[in-house]
Amino acid sequence: MTEVTMNIWRGDSSGGSFYEYKLERVEGEVVLDVVHRIQATLAPDLACRWNCKAGKCGSCSAEIDGKPSLMCMTRMDTLPNDKITITPMKTFPIIRDLVTDVSFNYVMARQIPPFTPGDPEPDGTYRMQQIDIDRAQEFHKCIECFLCQDVCHVIRDHEVNKLYYAGPRFFVKLASLDMHPLDTVDRRELIRQHLGLGFCNITKCCTEVCPEHIKITDNAIIPLKERVVDSSYDPIAWLGRKIRRKVKYTVEQAYALAPAQVAPTALDRVSATAIDDEGKS
Amino acid sequence: MVSTVEDTGAKSGTAIPVEIGKPRGGPEGRRTLRQDRWWLSPAVTVTVLTSFVAYATFAAFQGRYYYVGAQQHRNLISPFYSPCIANSCQRVAGSHPLGIWASFWNFSPALLILIVPLGFRLTCYYYRKAYYRSFWQSPPACGVADGHKSYTGETRFPLILQNIHRYFLYLALLFNVVLTMDAVLAFNFPGQGIGFSVGTLVLCVNAALLWIYTVSCHACRHLCGGQLNKFSKHPIRYRFWKAITPLNARHMQLAWVSLIFVALTDLYVRLVASGIIHDYKIF
Repeated sequence: MTEVTMNIWRGDSSGGSFYEYKLERVEGEVVLDVVHRIQATLAPDLACRWNCKAGKCGSCSAEIDGKPSLMCMTRMDTLPNDKITITPMKTFPIIRDLVTDVSFNYVMARQIPPFTPGDPEPDGTYRMQQIDIDRAQEFHKCIECFLCQDVCHVIRDHEVNKLYYAGPRFFVKLASLDMHPLDTVDRRELIRQHLGLGFCNITKCCTEVCPEHIKITDNAIIPLKERVVDSSYDPIAWLGRKIRRKVKYTVEQAYALAPAQVAPTALDRVSATAIDDEGKS
Repeated sequence: MVSTVEDTGAKSGTAIPVEIGKPRGGPEGRRTLRQDRWWLSPAVTVTVLTSFVAYATFAAFQGRYYYVGAQQHRNLISPFYSPCIANSCQRVAGSHPLGIWASFWNFSPALLILIVPLGFRLTCYYYRKAYYRSFWQSPPACGVADGHKSYTGETRFPLILQNIHRYFLYLALLFNVVLTMDAVLAFNFPGQGIGFSVGTLVLCVNAALLWIYTVSCHACRHLCGGQLNKFSKHPIRYRFWKAITPLNARHMQLAWVSLIFVALTDLYVRLVASGIIHDYKIF
C-alpha cells in the first residue's frame, strides 16, 4: 500500500501555515474523502465546507496543487505527485483552514436587475419558442462554486477591482438574463460601467476551472462584450437603433418595476440623496 | 473597508459591504503552487508568434519575389501582398489582373496591406487571450500570479480599442474575397490555358482556411445571430448562428492553422518567384 502526503494550509485571519498529514492511499478516493479521513483520524478540528459530495452543491471549492477545483470531483489517482497541496480559495477572505468568506458574491448578485418580462399575451400567458431559450440552458447549470471568481486574476491578483467588477459567475447570470426572449431590461450600460465587463481580458481561466464545463468566456462573456459594443462602441449599430426606435427598459426603470426584489445600489442611494436635497431646498 | 452597496431593506437596515483588504488564506509571496508545466503553453505561444512576426517583417520589407507571373506561365501572388495596391506593385506584378496602383505609396505594398490582417488578428478574441497570457503575463496561466501590480483590463486607452474588432472583421472579409479571386486566377496559366499546380492548391487552401477562420470569429457569430434574443423570429440568421457556433468552438485551432499556412503560402510563392523551386503542374 502506497502512502500519500497531504500538505494542507491551516489557519485563520491571524495567519497560518502548511501542515503535513501522511495517509495510506485508498483506491477510488477523491480529495474530499482524504480530507474527511484526516478529520476522522489525524485532525478533528480541520475546517472544510462540503455538502453533496457529487459536484452539484459547489461547497467544497479549494485549490489543489494550485488549481482551483472541487475537492469532491478531483480523484486522487489523477494527481501526479505523492505530495498534494491543498489551500483555501485565494480570492476570498479566510474564515478558517479551507473555509473562505464568499459573501462578495452575494453582494454582487444583489446588484443585478432581475428578470423583467413585458406585457403578457392577451390570454394572460407568456409564450416562447424552445430555440429561443436553448442557448441559456447552459448557463443554468451553474452550481455557484465560485471557482471562476476565485481563478479570475482581475480580483485574485488585484483585489481593489472587487469594487468595480462582478466576475465571471455574474456575467453568466447577466448573459442568461440579457439573452432571455421575454426579458425587457437593457443591462448593457450597467454591465459596462458598474459591473466592469471591460476588466475581463478573456484569458479563459474561468472556463478552464468550471466543473460544469460551461463555456463561460465563449458563450457568456464575449457575447456580452459584443452586446456592449453594439450599445457603446459601434456607431452603425447605434444608428440602426435610432432608426428603428428600438428601446428597452433602462436599469432604473427595471428597479422601479421590481423594487422589492433588488437591493438598492450605491447609484440609487446617490439619486435618492439628490432627490432629498432637492426637496429640502 | 469600502462599501459599494447598501441594503436599506425594511428588515435589517444594515450595510452589505464589498470588503477588501481582509486577510486571505494560503501562503503569502508565492507566485503559484502549481507543479505542472504551466509555463509551456505561454512559451510555445511566444515562440510561434515571434517567429511569425519575424518572418512577416522580413517578407513585408523585402518587397520582391511576391509574384510569379507570365514569364513562368503562372499567376501566383503572395497573400502578404494581395490586394497589391501600391505603386511599386506595377513593376513586379504588372500583369496581375487585380492590381490597383496607388501612386501615393512607393514602399513595399505589404506594409500597406498587412494593417488589415494584423489588426484583425490583434483584436481577435483568441489572440487576445494568447498574447495577454504569454507576452503580457496577465496572467501567464490560471492560478499563476499576474505579472503586474495594477490592472485596468480593456477599460482604458489603448486596450479599449479592442472593441473595434468587428470593423477589422468587415475589412478582413473584403480581403478574403480578393484572396479567393487570387486563388481562382491561379488556375489560369498564361500561355498554357487552364490548369492546376501545387501553387494553385496552396492558394486555394490558404483562401479556404482564411475564410473559415474569419467566419468562425466571435464578432461574426454575434453579428450573424448572437445579438438576437428571439431566434424564432429570425430563422435565417438563426441558421447562420447555428452553423458558425461549432466553427467558433474551434476558433483557436483555426487561428493557428490559418496563421501558419498564410506564412507557408508566402514562403512557397517566394521560393517559386526567386527560382529556388519550380511550381509543379499537376494537370
